[in-house]
Amino acid sequence: MLKIKINGSEFEVKKGLTILEACKEVGVEVPTFCHDDRLKPSGTCRICVVEVEGARNLMAACSTPVTDGMVIWTESKKVVDARKEILNLILANHPLDCLTCEKSGECKLQDLCYKYGIKGSTFKPNKKEYDVDESNEFYYSDPNKCILCGKCVRVCNELQCTGAIGFAQRGIKTHVTTPFDKGIANSTCVSCGNCVAVCPVGALMPKKKMKYRTWEVKKVRTTCSYCGVGCQLYLLVKDDKVVGVEPYFGEPNRGLLCVKGRFAYNFINHKDRLKTPLIKKNGKFEEATWEEAYDYIVGRLTEIKEKYGPDSIAGLTSARCTNEENYIMQKFMRAVIGTNNIDHCARL
Amino acid sequence: MTNSIAEIEDAEVIFIIGSNTTENHPVIGTFVKRAKNKGAKIIVADPREIELAKLSDVFMQLKPGTNVALLNAMMNVIIEENLQDEEFIKERCENYDELKEVVKDYTPEKAEVITGVKADLIREAARIYAKADKACILYAMGVTQHATGTENVYSIANLAMLCGKLGKESCGVNPLRGQNNVQGACDMGGLPDVFPGYQKVHIKENVEKFEKAWGVKLSDKPGLTVSEMFHEAIKGKLKALYIMGENPVISDPDTKHVIEALEKLEFLVVQDIFLTETAQYADVVLPAASFAEKDGTFTNTERRVQRVRKAINNVGQSKADWEIIVDIMNRMGYKCSYKSARDIFDELAKVTPQYAGIDYDRIENEGIQWPCPTKDHPGTKILHKDKFARGKGLFKPTKYRTSAEQPDDEYPFILTTGRILYHYHTMTMTGKNEGLMKIAGESYVEINPMDAKKYGISDGDLVEVTSRRGSVRVKAKITDVVNEGVVFMPFHYADGSANVLTNTAYDEVTKEPELKVCAVRIKKA
Ligand code: SF4
Ligand code: SF4
Repeated sequence: MLKIKINGSEFEVKKGLTILEACKEVGVEVPTFCHDDRLKPSGTCRICVVEVEGARNLMAACSTPVTDGMVIWTESKKVVDARKEILNLILANHPLDCLTCEKSGECKLQDLCYKYGIKGSTFKPNKKEYDVDESNEFYYSDPNKCILCGKCVRVCNELQCTGAIGFAQRGIKTHVTTPFDKGIANSTCVSCGNCVAVCPVGALMPKKKMKYRTWEVKKVRTTCSYCGVGCQLYLLVKDDKVVGVEPYFGEPNRGLLCVKGRFAYNFINHKDRLKTPLIKKNGKFEEATWEEAYDYIVGRLTEIKEKYGPDSIAGLTSARCTNEENYIMQKFMRAVIGTNNIDHCARL
Repeated sequence: MTNSIAEIEDAEVIFIIGSNTTENHPVIGTFVKRAKNKGAKIIVADPREIELAKLSDVFMQLKPGTNVALLNAMMNVIIEENLQDEEFIKERCENYDELKEVVKDYTPEKAEVITGVKADLIREAARIYAKADKACILYAMGVTQHATGTENVYSIANLAMLCGKLGKESCGVNPLRGQNNVQGACDMGGLPDVFPGYQKVHIKENVEKFEKAWGVKLSDKPGLTVSEMFHEAIKGKLKALYIMGENPVISDPDTKHVIEALEKLEFLVVQDIFLTETAQYADVVLPAASFAEKDGTFTNTERRVQRVRKAINNVGQSKADWEIIVDIMNRMGYKCSYKSARDIFDELAKVTPQYAGIDYDRIENEGIQWPCPTKDHPGTKILHKDKFARGKGLFKPTKYRTSAEQPDDEYPFILTTGRILYHYHTMTMTGKNEGLMKIAGESYVEINPMDAKKYGISDGDLVEVTSRRGSVRVKAKITDVVNEGVVFMPFHYADGSANVLTNTAYDEVTKEPELKVCAVRIKKA
């Protein structure tokens, strides 16, 4: 264990941590743009700088290991000035359209400008003029808002391993794009949205079918209902409707999702959902109440069971339903109908 | 899976057979690719040049339906070159001599004739797999959906045991389960021969255990499998069917046969979230709540029991599937008083030994992998660590048998089927998504450029694909992803449905149908 001091308080932390990790362990927040726990630190954005007593320069918390006896200040005047300067620089070429920006409320840039009281840039404005890439069905890319933290590129290349996007050009013209600027739809992008999930600003955003502000939605953690990986995700709910999905950062998917889990949620509130029981009369379905449907089902099943025996009845349970429902379905067949005729389409 | 998803990333060798991982289990696909980036070697055996084949170290593009011959040949090489794990075999396995005897015949040269894979590639794959410390095998329905599915799975297990790659970190035999809760549906006894927890229904003690737990007399006669249900319905012996959340009209082989069966029934109940193709044949359709409207648990492919949580109120008058069934049970005179999914879970944990130590509180934040026998057990990442469930691991040597249907003059192509990234199963859910439909809106058939030329078919042409069971018209996709003599169709689509063509021949043991191989002919429509 190492003894360190952060903002005047003493702590003991494990060996081998970075300053950022040590701060996180003891509950001191250090802002980041380019950092992602799943990636090696890149130290490009510099917003995580902290003051280490005895060091000549400010240190990037994400890539500096803690050492025994280290004395760290995360919000000293020097640190705050440096961060203000970085924000000031970013804002010189960042649109100030927070009023209508979809990211408002969960934008790291906005949060930090708020925290450090930055209203705009003191530098000469040098706004970018890129076209917004709307070609993907599920998300758009607005390079004008991009702060070049590089997380999307690294996630696509190092975690998703699709390598659809990268940096193009240099210096002031650097931007994130697909090979030859051909547009996301013409790239190898598989629409997983894993890049979108890590964008700290409004540069990569899901296309919303229904508008919502982040503070208007309730997030409910659940398990993806598509394949057997069982990715953990949040359903975003507004007005009792599912309006979006975000990944959960933990086992088994570690913040990654695929196009189905991430973007194919609209079936939930689809207009074609069955809303009432239906009973077929003269070859046509007619709406019925639950009571009518239950009476009919119970009547017919009882009749058939009495006439032909329990083994004349069978049930198909479902690989799409919950464990609880599968348990109840097989119990229904075995304990109530009296047959082991129960199976599902697992093999298909 | 005997092992866990996270372990894949640390494997030295990953052998992928019959799994198009990046499309069917996309997030697991990323673990494979990250392993590759960290230096792992990738071996792929598949009839199609899938994405992972492109970045593999060894790609064996085998003829559909020849898995056993390929795997036996790999074992032949391993034994021939003395690469087997003698200690593991001696201490933990039995019946090794018979395995040796059977695989002796499968020289790589002989396998080359059967599988179409060059003998040297088979040798290389065998060496790479056997020599690694951490080597895992991933497989999916390309292995199981064959009349020889059980034999395929035995062969995979034989290979892993032969090399001592079981019960260890980043090794194992890892089936990737297709639908979200296949694992759970099986665990819960959604099978005709077992109660929850794989407790056989024909064993007296098991019947007694459940009679006591449920308070009624139970049958000890194993029931019908899905395929058998349809056969019996056509014969007029099965009279009523209650389908919860399945769409066999699209997902089952030989659509015509399924429809005939459903029409023959005296009574059909279908409970689903949409009016599916199957629901059309029902006498009563009940509106079920979607996963977003209910509480419960799913068990993923690594046996992790995870929470499903209610996010919105039920749409319309829909009810959770369990609520509906409980209502009917009560009305049929079996009193049950579950108030929530949690109540049901607590009951099932009492009778399912693998789940005994799990409850909602324990999995609030992170799911637990079964077996988890007690409340203080952390769950099980790796199965068969010190011993196999049955004690010794039994080698079950198998001989190669040809698929039920072989190409001939009339039907010269082998059709193989599968899933694609942008859709799920029968599209009940993904078919409602505009974006997905724009990217992958219609069915197609993949044809090798040489075959296309022979038949005068160009990319995008409408072609007629015909098998002994039916015929469909779909667009041609000319690609060398498939070899000559092989065509591929996704099975999701109701229009241009692959399962109009597929064969109902099924595996004797698992009754899994041979969806991966049937004979067809093609012509320009
Ligand atoms: S959506 Fe996925 S594949 Fe596409 S650019 Fe983003 S991370 Fe890469
Ligand atoms: S997000 Fe994709 S990979 Fe994950 S469980 Fe859902 S369908 Fe499977």
